[in-house]
Amino acid sequence: MATKKITIDPVTRVEGHLKITVEVNDGKVTDAYSSGTLWRGIEVILKGRDPRDAGQITQRICGVCPMAHGTASILCLDDAFKVEVPDNGRIIRNLMLGANHLQSHILHFYHLAALDYVTGPAIPPFVPRYQGDFRLPPRVNDAYVAHYLQALEMRKKAHEMLAIWGGRMPPQTAMVVGGVTCVPTVDKIAAFLWRLREIRAFVNDVYIPDVLGVADAYADYKKIGAGYGNLLAYGGFPLDSQNKTKLFKAGRFTKDRVLDFDVNSVTEDVKYSRYKSANTGKKPSEGMTEPDAEKEGSYSWLKAPRYEGQPYEVGPLARMWVNGDYRQGISVIDRHAARALEAKKIADAMEEWVLQLKPGQPACAESKLPDSAEGAGLTEGARGALGHWIKIVNKKIDNYQAVVPTTWNCSPRDDKDVRGPVEEALCGTRIVDTDNPLEVVRIVRSFDPCIACAVHLIEPSGEMKKFRVI
Amino acid sequence: MELTRREFLKLCSASAVGMGLSQMAVPKLVHALEEAAAKKPPVIWLQGANCTGCLVSLLNTAHPTIAEVLTRIVSLEYQSNVMAASGELAFSYLDTIAEKAKGEFFLLMEGAIPTKDNGIYCTIGEKDGKEVTVLDMVKQIGPKAKAIVAVGDCASFGGIPAGKPNPTDCQPISKIISGVPIINIQGCPPHPDWLLGTIVHVLLFGIPELDKLGRPKLFFGETVHQNCPNYSYFSEGKFAKKFGDPGCLINLGCKGPMANSDCPLRKWNSGVNWCIGAGSICIGCCSEDFPDGKAPFYAALPKDQWPKADTEIV
Repeated sequence: MATKKITIDPVTRVEGHLKITVEVNDGKVTDAYSSGTLWRGIEVILKGRDPRDAGQITQRICGVCPMAHGTASILCLDDAFKVEVPDNGRIIRNLMLGANHLQSHILHFYHLAALDYVTGPAIPPFVPRYQGDFRLPPRVNDAYVAHYLQALEMRKKAHEMLAIWGGRMPPQTAMVVGGVTCVPTVDKIAAFLWRLREIRAFVNDVYIPDVLGVADAYADYKKIGAGYGNLLAYGGFPLDSQNKTKLFKAGRFTKDRVLDFDVNSVTEDVKYSRYKSANTGKKPSEGMTEPDAEKEGSYSWLKAPRYEGQPYEVGPLARMWVNGDYRQGISVIDRHAARALEAKKIADAMEEWVLQLKPGQPACAESKLPDSAEGAGLTEGARGALGHWIKIVNKKIDNYQAVVPTTWNCSPRDDKDVRGPVEEALCGTRIVDTDNPLEVVRIVRSFDPCIACAVHLIEPSGEMKKFRVI
Repeated sequence: MELTRREFLKLCSASAVGMGLSQMAVPKLVHALEEAAAKKPPVIWLQGANCTGCLVSLLNTAHPTIAEVLTRIVSLEYQSNVMAASGELAFSYLDTIAEKAKGEFFLLMEGAIPTKDNGIYCTIGEKDGKEVTVLDMVKQIGPKAKAIVAVGDCASFGGIPAGKPNPTDCQPISKIISGVPIINIQGCPPHPDWLLGTIVHVLLFGIPELDKLGRPKLFFGETVHQNCPNYSYFSEGKFAKKFGDPGCLINLGCKGPMANSDCPLRKWNSGVNWCIGAGSICIGCCSEDFPDGKAPFYAALPKDQWPKADTEIV
């Protein structure tokens, strides 16, 4: 039987420009390609600027997860400036990052992923849509549509929580080297806490039950979209001023074992990426981003990050797995379930943190711009492990690099022709109707791709591209 | 299986708070708006070299809620972050609607438009097996729009991706399309009221009064500094030396005197706060030369560029 090629471009309901192509033989996916189709060159733009500006500019890598980039960038600057952040500053940063995780997870399930399982009303933007495998009975389906609307208000409130400290969102302006610009006061703590309680109730009473409902109706998706089964987390949400303990620990899972994570084992290949091949296989701190748009064989603006040469999946499932909080399985449904349960874990922790704030006490330590320095900032964005690296020479940015979650997940093949995690997760999947390839988009969206991030931050030297999902 | 439009509208009303932009919360006006929007003007939202922050900011609209915007004010025909369709189904619909609603639809442009190497740095879909650049798509459908709203700094003036050295030669939409009215809603990102207020103005009263840079004077007529609550500190000469101190933040890098917006009065995220309210500086994102003209963000504005105390406001 002839090979049928399905190209999905644009893959909608993700952030950014993604294209996915799959080859189908005898009804099964036999090969897959993931492509980012926008490159802006943020790392190039950062070069030569005042290092402190990176905390603002890198938030513009992505309007959905500016807080994650802001956090990685500021941690990177704290490291380079050698400054210790006071507890108030650390806690407020955690509260802002946590608020954006809640916003992002709710947005992902209801507004990006749900329309793969639920049919909306017959008006744009809910039509046109793929036809076929929608399984929820009408009354249940209608309840999900009502929750879609309720979730719009909840994610908005999560941004209000963030803005109480951050000034506005997206992006916040309060994070600076050494802490945050705002000083905690009792009225802000209360305004934050009561919004948090409302969102916790939504997560517990609506979001988690809704994910379980989809898991029941689409139970076969617990066996679909597994991929390599390699999971990686950098760790995030520091619980002390020395960053010794974190809400999520760093680590990785491969071949049935949880192992340590060493940042020096991360490299990036570019054989199939639209960058000059001379820069392949480098550590992020040494990486370069020189575009080569017409490079033969290249099909993505994303690089291919690897750990000890192996592809790894990152995100809420990886974090929860490494941390021992969720080990049910690796699949489309498990990604949604781990994300929802993580929202609860983070919201519960935030209620403790906000009450640890010391009203009126400083939230920022003073610091001095070094003549020359290097720094690294590793954290966990809503979509997974995120790292920024900076090199400062003569008080200016000499090199800036970022390796972002979607670069890990949606990477193209590496120098050894090994597929990226999303590509691998697609392979072997049975496609019922190639004109309505719901299986493909369900798998891709379970990873919550964020292409602006992936292309904008992926390269230290400053160029970016867009992805497409076929 | 699916809700009718009437049922869906009922659901939206039940879940949403009252309607009314802060600029126009009068019931009569709301009624007039619903009349004007009865046909729900079609909207196509394209994204170029962007970060989706402008869309996320729009989702944060307080009054009307985003659900009401989608059901009562406009018909959002194409928006890749929220639309149900994917791939060819979505991309061919873009052509269909641009032709069907020719001369009637509003084009909302988010992101700058890369022009280097024929725009290959941003493709937004595939047609007949070929990737289509945002540059080509804008040239194709832009002239068919009734009006174009440039959403945010990137679409209005180039913004972040056009920052030095502008690696992909990003341009604002006004440099690509002529002959169609273009309104520039600056900000990185814009406040949802600025975008929705402009759309409502267009529907009720036509295009609002614009300044020389194509920005509605209603929102961008004064500087941040003019309405800043720290203005009295500035007049008294009391300046903060470090973050967390009381005082005007000009020596910590505040660009309020060089930025045009009503942020101090309107505030953000349902009015809970704004940048200077969080003790932060204004980084000047509401200006045509952001980011380069406002960088370094944390360097004090040279004294010869300071506004004169008390005599500056006219």
